[in-house]
Amino acid sequence: MAIESIDQTSSHLKLSNPDSTTLVIHLTDDWRTTSHLAAFENVCQGLETMPSLNKVLFDASGLTGWDSKLLTFVLKVRGWCDDRKVDLALEGLPGGVQRLLHLALAVPERQGARKDAERQPFFPRVGEKALQVYASAGEMLAFLGSACVAFGQLLKGKASFRRSDLMLFVQESGVQAFGIVSLVSILVGLIFAFIGAIQLKTFGAQIYVADLVGIAMVRVMGAVMAGIIMAGRTGANYAAQLGTMQVNEEIDALQTLGISPMEFLVLPRMMALILMMPLLCVYADIMGILGGLIVGVTMLDLNPVVYLNETKASFNMTNLWIGLIYSAMFGVIIALSGCLRGIQCGRSASAVGDATTSAVVTGIVSIIIATAILTVIFSILNV
Amino acid sequence: MNEAEPQIVVKDLDMGYGSFILIRNLNFIVNKGDIFIIMGGSGCGKSTLLKLLVGLKEPLSGQVFYDGTSFWEAGPEEQKRIMRRFGILYQSGALWSSMTLAENVAIPLEQYTSMTRAEIQDLVSLKLALVGLAGFEDFYPSEISGGMRKRAGLARAMALDPDILFFDEPSAGLDPVSARLLDDLILELRDSLGTTFVVVTHELGSIFAIGNNSVYLDVQTRTMTASGDPNRLLAESKDPTVRAFLTRGAEGK
Repeated sequence: MAIESIDQTSSHLKLSNPDSTTLVIHLTDDWRTTSHLAAFENVCQGLETMPSLNKVLFDASGLTGWDSKLLTFVLKVRGWCDDRKVDLALEGLPGGVQRLLHLALAVPERQGARKDAERQPFFPRVGEKALQVYASAGEMLAFLGSACVAFGQLLKGKASFRRSDLMLFVQESGVQAFGIVSLVSILVGLIFAFIGAIQLKTFGAQIYVADLVGIAMVRVMGAVMAGIIMAGRTGANYAAQLGTMQVNEEIDALQTLGISPMEFLVLPRMMALILMMPLLCVYADIMGILGGLIVGVTMLDLNPVVYLNETKASFNMTNLWIGLIYSAMFGVIIALSGCLRGIQCGRSASAVGDATTSAVVTGIVSIIIATAILTVIFSILNV
Repeated sequence: MNEAEPQIVVKDLDMGYGSFILIRNLNFIVNKGDIFIIMGGSGCGKSTLLKLLVGLKEPLSGQVFYDGTSFWEAGPEEQKRIMRRFGILYQSGALWSSMTLAENVAIPLEQYTSMTRAEIQDLVSLKLALVGLAGFEDFYPSEISGGMRKRAGLARAMALDPDILFFDEPSAGLDPVSARLLDDLILELRDSLGTTFVVVTHELGSIFAIGNNSVYLDVQTRTMTASGDPNRLLAESKDPTVRAFLTRGAEGK
């Protein structure tokens, strides 16, 4: 039998064809994942040079060791042969390889199980995204609606949730938030006073720093700062809690018991925030004014009593009410976005992370938008 | 057992997600006092069928009747009333992780009965003792093992003495002895309280030990290919995939 060797050979692989229709793949040396082997593409080129090929054989007499690397190679050859209706004889391979291959091919690939890697063209993708936005807006409205229904139940005294839960949430979103609210509000007050001081000093009107800080904090900044802090702190907390409950089927367990997750989980969280946000807002106002005072006293050499008197003179109840309305609104927004994302959460660990991110983003964006809308409304109403 | 009395009737049911049909054309009857097994290979839609039967997921088409009332045509109040008679044991237990075991079992009682706190406490202790968790009242779900969590989930599912108990893979993750004890408990509850059971499982030992009715969901044909007493199926079924399933692949296929 004349053995005509083909060019593409390597240290692990030799191809030969005893006649023009048959190809023998000689496997030699060590076929393991760790060793460097000839790429399948090289063999392929060798195969393509034989147009009349109808049978491929293996010869493993020189093989010293093998693992899954050899199996993947044989599977590739098999795929190539299937595509071209070439017979493949596996008899030349070691018995173990043959049995494993048999096992790998025992269950046929499930039709449609493989995920489509195909990339959609631009317009269908835009369309799909638009439909998603539409659907998610619908979900949001449905959630809002059922939150209102749950609130109605609460007013009728029929909502079912645990008082101890409410107390716990009040504590978590109230007292325990004091630290970070103090820090951020004092710093914001400081920054306002600094910026104001630079401008006002040129006119010798330092004392108006007190008005600037006082009005800004009380009217809007106290509420916005408290809102953004709570969106990051408590909104994320709610989303992660509810998301994990979703993953553990805990929300299903409530639903099948006929307990509305809206009343049992969302309502106490929302009430806690609606109750606590205005209090936090007032606290943030005071801390902000304190920050302004620090700058006024240390940098502008103002007398603290004079500073506070000026603040008092600039203070009016309308501004305080406006601040409180903002903050109550933010309480609703933060609780709803946190709970909405938590309840929408998928059933995996990464979904909980996504839900948390999305809750904070939704919360902060909604806070800013609500601030803008309310500000316009207040200016139209001339208050 | 007396005259068979249908408790759950499933009629021409198709289920799936969106436009994707997972299982089509399901028809079966679960009688009162049955231990009804939903079996089939992985990914055949057993858990989805269970979700649908407990009212968490809407079917694409078809109907489910509970004592003659069509669930998906009933109003929300009626649905709630039907669901209140269910007890469900989830695969992982699904205990509320922010509450102790006692609180977990107490919630359904607080919601739906007018018992006093002390009465509830007694009942909670009884239910926990029934599943072998006496003394664990004040533990949180994260402080006990997976098998214990499952048993605590069972205690919660039994809290209201439901008419129908749904089990999602009850013996998965349990050691053989615990699994056997759970089977005994199921039989005991059926005999003493007349509870109907719907059990999703592929634990052959359990299937033959407790099941007296079943449905086999086939992955390939996407429908049910057998139903009836699993022991009788083993003796009489001609379907090769059902035979292979019931004999651990020794026969059929």
